[in-house]
Amino acid sequence: MATNNGDNEQPLKVVGKPFRKVDARAKCTGQTLFADDITLPRMLFAKLLRSHVPHALIKSIDTSKAIALPGVVAVITGRDLPIPYGILPVSQDEHALCIDKVRFIGDPVAAIAALDEDTAFEAMDLIEVEYEPLESISTIEDALSIEQPRIHDYGSGGNIHKKVSLEFGDMEEGFAEADLIREDVFFYEGNTHLPMEQHAALAHFDADGKLTLWSATQTPHYVHRALAKTLEIPASHIRVIATPNGGGFGGKSDPFNHEIVVAKLAMITGRPVKVTLTREEVFYCHRGRHPVLMWVKTGVKRDGAITAMHFRSLLDGGAYGSYGVASTFYTGALQTVTYNIPRYKFEGVRVFTNKPPCGPKRGHGTPQPRFALEVQIDKIAEELGLDPVEIRRRHLVPPDSVTANYLRVGSNGLGECIDKVVEASDWKNKFQKLPYGRGIGLACGSYLCGAGLPIYWNDMPHSGVQLRLDRQGGVCVMCGSIDIGQGSDSILAYIVAEVLGIDPFDIRVLTADTDLTPVDLGSYSSRVTLMTGNAALQAAERARELLTIAVAEKLDVPIENITFAERRAFDVENPDVGVSFAEAVQLAEAKFGTIGTVGSYTPPRSPGKFKGAGVGPSPAYSYSAAVVEADVDPETGIITVERVWIAHDIGRSINPALVMGQVEGSVYMGLGEALMEEMTYRGNRNVVHKFPSLLEYKSPTTLEMCDVKTFLVEDPDPNGPFGAKEVGQGPLLPIPPAVVNAVYDAVGVRIDEVPASPDKVLKAIREKAQGKEGRYGPKSVPEVEWPAPLKVLTPAEGGDGRELPREAAHMKD
Amino acid sequence: MMRLPKFEYRVPREISEAVKMMADAGPDGMFVAGGTDLYPNMKRRQQTPKTVISVTRLQEMRAIRGDAETGIVIGPSISLTDICNHPVINRDYPVVAEAARLISTPLLRNMGTIGGNLLLDTRCNYYDQNYEWRKGINFCMKKDGDICWVAPSSPKCWAVQSADLVPVMVALGARVKLVSTLGERMVTAEGLYNDDGINYLHKRPDELLTEIHLPPRNGMKAVYKKLRRRGAFDFPVLGVAATLDRAEDGTVRDARLILGGVAPAPIRVKEAEGILVGHKLDQERMAAAAEACYLKARPLDNTDFLMNWRKQMARPFVLRALEELR
Ligand SMILES: Cc1cc2nc3c(=O)[nH]c(=O)nc-3n(C[C@H](O)[C@H](O)[C@H](O)COP(=O)(O)OP(=O)(O)OC[C@H]3O[C@@H](n4cnc5c(N)ncnc54)[C@H](O)[C@@H]3O)c2cc1C
Ligand code: SF4
Repeated sequence: MATNNGDNEQPLKVVGKPFRKVDARAKCTGQTLFADDITLPRMLFAKLLRSHVPHALIKSIDTSKAIALPGVVAVITGRDLPIPYGILPVSQDEHALCIDKVRFIGDPVAAIAALDEDTAFEAMDLIEVEYEPLESISTIEDALSIEQPRIHDYGSGGNIHKKVSLEFGDMEEGFAEADLIREDVFFYEGNTHLPMEQHAALAHFDADGKLTLWSATQTPHYVHRALAKTLEIPASHIRVIATPNGGGFGGKSDPFNHEIVVAKLAMITGRPVKVTLTREEVFYCHRGRHPVLMWVKTGVKRDGAITAMHFRSLLDGGAYGSYGVASTFYTGALQTVTYNIPRYKFEGVRVFTNKPPCGPKRGHGTPQPRFALEVQIDKIAEELGLDPVEIRRRHLVPPDSVTANYLRVGSNGLGECIDKVVEASDWKNKFQKLPYGRGIGLACGSYLCGAGLPIYWNDMPHSGVQLRLDRQGGVCVMCGSIDIGQGSDSILAYIVAEVLGIDPFDIRVLTADTDLTPVDLGSYSSRVTLMTGNAALQAAERARELLTIAVAEKLDVPIENITFAERRAFDVENPDVGVSFAEAVQLAEAKFGTIGTVGSYTPPRSPGKFKGAGVGPSPAYSYSAAVVEADVDPETGIITVERVWIAHDIGRSINPALVMGQVEGSVYMGLGEALMEEMTYRGNRNVVHKFPSLLEYKSPTTLEMCDVKTFLVEDPDPNGPFGAKEVGQGPLLPIPPAVVNAVYDAVGVRIDEVPASPDKVLKAIREKAQGKEGRYGPKSVPEVEWPAPLKVLTPAEGGDGRELPREAAHMKD
Repeated sequence: MMRLPKFEYRVPREISEAVKMMADAGPDGMFVAGGTDLYPNMKRRQQTPKTVISVTRLQEMRAIRGDAETGIVIGPSISLTDICNHPVINRDYPVVAEAARLISTPLLRNMGTIGGNLLLDTRCNYYDQNYEWRKGINFCMKKDGDICWVAPSSPKCWAVQSADLVPVMVALGARVKLVSTLGERMVTAEGLYNDDGINYLHKRPDELLTEIHLPPRNGMKAVYKKLRRRGAFDFPVLGVAATLDRAEDGTVRDARLILGGVAPAPIRVKEAEGILVGHKLDQERMAAAAEACYLKARPLDNTDFLMNWRKQMARPFVLRALEELR
């Protein structure tokens, strides 16, 4: 079914207009029911007792005193939920409650259901757990060197979770061609999502023994699968309803222990059971940004053209697998989609440490390498005497091309993005021309519009939409996607309204209910607008086709003349001849029976066929460029970001107001990561989280937020619905490197590490004043025994996307 | 964080009634004003009073009397928002309003009082944690435990004086009135604070703070500089309050330099004051005074930011304070 909207079609009525969100009024008036707002009769409250030691064997758990406390209804431990789970099939390493071992402070060991929360709290103090402490592992260096004890007994040996090594093209030749080769080392500290809404879940078994779970989750489909597995009940007897998320940012994308626990407690007690995590517990759930150490070696020609890049990343994964294998690949995947990199080698390693598990946070695995890449390009430009704008602008990846690591790039509006921010910021008159203490920096970025492959291997669509039209003219869109505040419910309404010529507020949107809506994989990897949008478009076009046939017959005009607008179906040549939308549905219902259509979306196959090619491909890539202007106080090292100009290649905005909101939100989050946010742990006290609180986990307030000037570049992508690409994550990427590039322009010091806190900046400034390098950042990365790389010939070398057989690879050496 | 535990809440209308209630409640009683410090502490089980006596309805403690000529008396139950907006304070003692504006957020200033600010509990990031976290590290000396995690060999607690108005009041030479069933007494602000994170006040728990006296202003100029991570919410991790009184020809007659946020009590840097008094303010003297403050500031690793950097910030912050007064 064609998705075109050009040629002789109507101008767009809904798409591209700043309509309000379909859920805006409910949110603004406090009527939206979040998971914690839902109560059921006879409901119990659950609390999880969490480990206060980072790494230990569980010798015994005595729950007898807790169960004896009046008001306590049930207490469970790991023995009650013996089956492991995890978001990735390759990392089924979590238990809802630890069985014989705890792996970080915050790992749950027992759960209580009580008549009220205070009683459950009190009961927690009555459970006695005897631990046998094990040596704890808190850094990447420790994890690489300490073989025993192992945090997990799977992975690549010792405390190494995963190693990867991929090589695209002849690296030796690439570096030999270079006029300049730079090696740099960077560190990106871990940070967390900090959603305003704490995770909450409510479980209820109905009279027929069927389970319903309401939960603040970004991935109801994966939670559904984890429940079926761990509770050992048929998936068809489980209904997961994802409640509107009060912020997710990736932090609610894993199936969580508290979700499984309340389901189990509901099963045991026969009563509904709710849990709402405390803020501290949200810090322990984490799944946030991995701390990543990076080493980059890049060869360039005199004009800045890259001849080869060798990138190494070392990820501190925390205590569990989570999305970590994917995160590891992501730290090496998207380097190639902005500037032409003809030969590319990536080595990555993820280690286990006794800290809350890391996972996907806005930009999943890509802000760290993007930081390294964009800062290094700045350094290269300086060494070559090139303007940072020119070095980027000249070597952009062309549209409709395939990169060395087999990512197919469709539309690419990065050049225009750069032009916009360079012009608006008056770059030419500012770069290297502002007074000491003030500087300007540029950086770019790119992100996926949905992962090309699902999390578990299958051939089914990634997104499904069902549309029901009734004779009153009502339209209901049903889709498994979940609105986490980004506006995905609204996007469904806008697209269907556009195709059917009705008002988006005529439409009822029903989402994220595994009983009532077809599967959508969830709100992650910036996939929702593109994938559910395409599915909705298909369903709506199918419905319009049915209506068209019936209306054309009734009006006796040719089918191709029928068009839909302003709640009518009419003859384009003679607009007075037509019927109302409701009548059109009635005609179709009379002719075809009840009107319901479906649409679904499966991403195109990627040209990469090698092992590891699953991470990185996407139907389209969004692009952004940002210029940051900052003040640096040379006496204190304090950075004040004065202004950000950012341009984002959105393909086409379905709703520009929502797009701008996402851009500004990304800038805000990027500034937080660049300047202050960090997940820190106390070395002297057992790798305990330094301060799990909203007051002391420093994240910018509105007062730290600077003026943002946003430009939207619209270069429609053939794979996006109406040409739309993503915006939820991409615009974060250029911010941290643009900030430190601006710091360099301001005071001449390189901060090769985020957050660029004032103590680091001041140290670098002082060192520079003493005639030293004037740099803050890691000096080296630890030695790793890298596996022999899997070698793939690049498209330019005539490769077919498959790895070379081992022997051939060796012969080439 | 846990919810508030159960406690008895009492609302006296007169000072005499309030101190009587406190005497009756004994060691399990505590006064509360805005509660922005006490209630979070109770939720974290750092403070566990059984009887909480509110001072917000004591009309006698809600007025401001006097002016720059006579000095003023401030009622401690006045909210920080009212302090920020009060015409006499803004006209005659603007530094008090300026410092109050830097305290936490507008919402907390609506609730929090000036009296509560002066008596704020000391802070430490091993202590201001929820119950389970503290239990996890086996507690610390300030509450429920017997070691100081910041300075494990130290016999004393180093929790930090963290109220913005405290260094300002000490610099201004304020005095406070304390009342109990045993009688009343006046204490200087400087004498109110004790350099111990646990017993941080020279005040008995049963004593009610009823008045804050600021001396006549004369020619004195004052300024307060605050170091914190963000423009809102954050407690000071260094506060510099400075006052100067100068003769016609610019010679410094009197100076006070007080550092907050770097020790359990505000630190008066007499060395720095000595460098300034009797001289005109030039760059060299100001730098020397800043250096003296830097030497006196000994922050430990129990607040936001690296302690080393916090110490270094004493120099530019004192210098900037003095430059503003020049
Ligand atoms: C998120 C947050 C940020 C904050 N940021 C800052 C900041 O930046 N700067 C700052 O200075 N403070 C800050 N505070 C602390 C606090 O809000 C203020 O210090 C406030 O002024 C305290 O006043 P209160 O009336 O609420 O005190 P309360 O909590 O009512 O009382 C504080 C203490 O004083 C005692 N007390 C109160 N009144 C009397 C009285 N009349 N006589 C005897 N004892 C009395 C109480 O028993 C208690 O021990 C912050 C607090 C929070 C929660
Ligand atoms: S300074 Fe030491 S004793 Fe005092 S609160 Fe902090 S850790 Fe506890």
